[in-house]
Amino acid sequence: MLLFGALGCGRDSRGGVVVELWAMGREGEVVAELMPGFERRHPGLRVRVQQIPWSAAHEKLVTAYVGGAMPDVFQAGNTWLPEFAALDALEPLDDRLARSPALVRGDDFPGILDTNVIDGVTYGVPWYVDTRVLFYRRDLLAEAGHPDPPRTWAAWTDAMARVKARAGPERYAILLPLREWQPPVILALQLGAGLLRDGDRYGDFRSPAFRRAFDFYLDLFRRGLAPGTGEAAVANVYQDFAAGYFALYVSGPWNLGEFRQRLPPGLNGRWATAPLPAPDGGYPGVSLAGGASLAVFRRSPRKDAAWGLIEYLSEPAQQVRFYRLTGDLPARRSAWTEAALERDPQAGAFWTQLEAVRATPKIPEWERIATEITRHAEAAVRGTMTADEALGALDRNVDALLAKRRWLLGGAGTR
Amino acid sequence: MTRRRRIDPALCFVAPALGLIGVFFLVPVVASLVLSFTDFDIYAIADARHLRLVGADNYATLLRDPRFCTALRNTLYFVLVGGPLSVAVSLGAALLVSARLARFRGFFRTVFFLPVVTTLVAVAVVWRYLYHPRFGLLNRGLALLGLGPIDWLGDPAWAMPAIILLAVWKNFGFNMIIFVAGLENVPERLYEAARIDGAGAWQQFRHVTLPMLAPTFVFVGVVTMIGYFQLFAEPYVMTQGGPADSTLSVVLLMYEEGFRWWNMGHGAAIAFVLFAIILACTALQLRLRGLKLGEREVATAPVGRRGAEEAGA
Repeated sequence: MLLFGALGCGRDSRGGVVVELWAMGREGEVVAELMPGFERRHPGLRVRVQQIPWSAAHEKLVTAYVGGAMPDVFQAGNTWLPEFAALDALEPLDDRLARSPALVRGDDFPGILDTNVIDGVTYGVPWYVDTRVLFYRRDLLAEAGHPDPPRTWAAWTDAMARVKARAGPERYAILLPLREWQPPVILALQLGAGLLRDGDRYGDFRSPAFRRAFDFYLDLFRRGLAPGTGEAAVANVYQDFAAGYFALYVSGPWNLGEFRQRLPPGLNGRWATAPLPAPDGGYPGVSLAGGASLAVFRRSPRKDAAWGLIEYLSEPAQQVRFYRLTGDLPARRSAWTEAALERDPQAGAFWTQLEAVRATPKIPEWERIATEITRHAEAAVRGTMTADEALGALDRNVDALLAKRRWLLGGAGTR
Repeated sequence: MTRRRRIDPALCFVAPALGLIGVFFLVPVVASLVLSFTDFDIYAIADARHLRLVGADNYATLLRDPRFCTALRNTLYFVLVGGPLSVAVSLGAALLVSARLARFRGFFRTVFFLPVVTTLVAVAVVWRYLYHPRFGLLNRGLALLGLGPIDWLGDPAWAMPAIILLAVWKNFGFNMIIFVAGLENVPERLYEAARIDGAGAWQQFRHVTLPMLAPTFVFVGVVTMIGYFQLFAEPYVMTQGGPADSTLSVVLLMYEEGFRWWNMGHGAAIAFVLFAIILACTALQLRLRGLKLGEREVATAPVGRRGAEEAGA
């Protein structure tokens, strides 16, 4: 097996060293187009790209780790990094970053880079960035007396109430899918809620900040500003947005391309994006630090080649090409300026928003905690639990999920 | 050399099969049983020292876990409503496509069997449109009848009925084929005799068809129940267990615990609890029909000889 790995995977028939790269979804489809340039610059290296569907990606990476079949470089959603760091699957990159001429510090968005730093060690290089902003119907908001996007929660609520008043009972002001944990969490982060407490050992969802955000969120449903039905009620976000079923939507960069492609041409110029409103002052309000990073497998025998590939993919020119191919927003600011992206009317909102992003707790259990938040928020929206009951149950469940982490941190384990 | 001769030749013949069963069945089952008494998770993958033996803790937390109770309740709902419904629809369809008056029997058998062989994922996409609360065909039909729209997949009260409807539609063809085989084994002379005795269509069905199908019912009942207890793909594709956990099944919960969150210990415990439940329900079902678990009649062909002779006598 090992022999096969060393001979079969390490070299190709032409004698070059083969670097294995795993990329997901659309990124995996198109990243191969960037590879000839890399191979021309490094004649001894070949890159084998393996494309993995997003839905199976996480499972496949963990299985590959257990089975000893990890690639040299892989794309990872930045919320996965804590988990793979706990598995000791990631190569620390601080030294390489400090020495790299290509990756200038300060050329990235600090909030995004921070998601790659776990306990002071950098484990990933941001590849593309992702955060959530407000997508809104300019025409509907203007008719409701808000020609400019809201900058505070008060203006936001006022705009939604007016839109709803004009829309009638069959239509809504904002779409907040009940399957998403992001909206309530973003609101809580805006108020400075920590989500977890005591070194991420316990849930902190009954804190005043989270409680206030949660009430604001629930209120949007209670007042009929957001449709309280499940995902099925909105089978097609694009049709419904075009039809004015809702006027505001908190979403990410993937919808820039989708909206341009799928909305009818008549809607051109009638929708726009804006950074999120803030609770009081300090516009823009905080949003989530998302995106995907490139990481090097700790036990890869080809770390230098792997790092070279990461440096290449981080070059502004490649980042711009990658943006044109995928629509993914570049992680390097110099790539934004090169493509004049920050002046783009729709992508520009992301440029502003990316300066105000915060990471969710960087622990392996986070994804699971996020689904617990979804479940309890949904129960509160549907009224099967009161807000107090939902947050109490959420804290209890999260405490139970973190039991093993507490045991490990307690010194009984090795970490 | 002398030793080799003493090996039972029968053993040589069954050895390959036993080996395969051992490697691919016994070892994994024993391994997961052991796993169910540990807290194997992502931390244990990283470092074996993080693995703790927790005794029956996984089982204890399971019984206290409200989500497991929800999953169990949903699964029982699905089995108790969907199972009999599926068997009834299968029988009805089998009677229709076996009726002597029916035309194009082969065509209808194929059409009714088609959902069984189509991919569930593709079917689910179409059904999601059928179930759409505002544009779906089902709600259009209801509107014509003057009934209000139903948020099929978004309303916790309706999501499980929607899943049952889909599952019955998807699966009834399989049981239908078995019933068709059973019906074809009912000797024509019994109907003839019944008609001579003056039995009408209903009486023929009640006193000839049903008793003659009794062994088929055992087979269909047990197989359907076991299959329905393992509800997974329909909610996984259609609702991911939502809304508000109303379509969360035991297997879906097990999948989430095991492969989404890598709590293998917890997931293995769910698997064994489900195994025990299915075993108990199968035994109960056989007991109700006067058979014991492991008795031969269960495994024989859908129509047993004994039944035919008894009814014919």
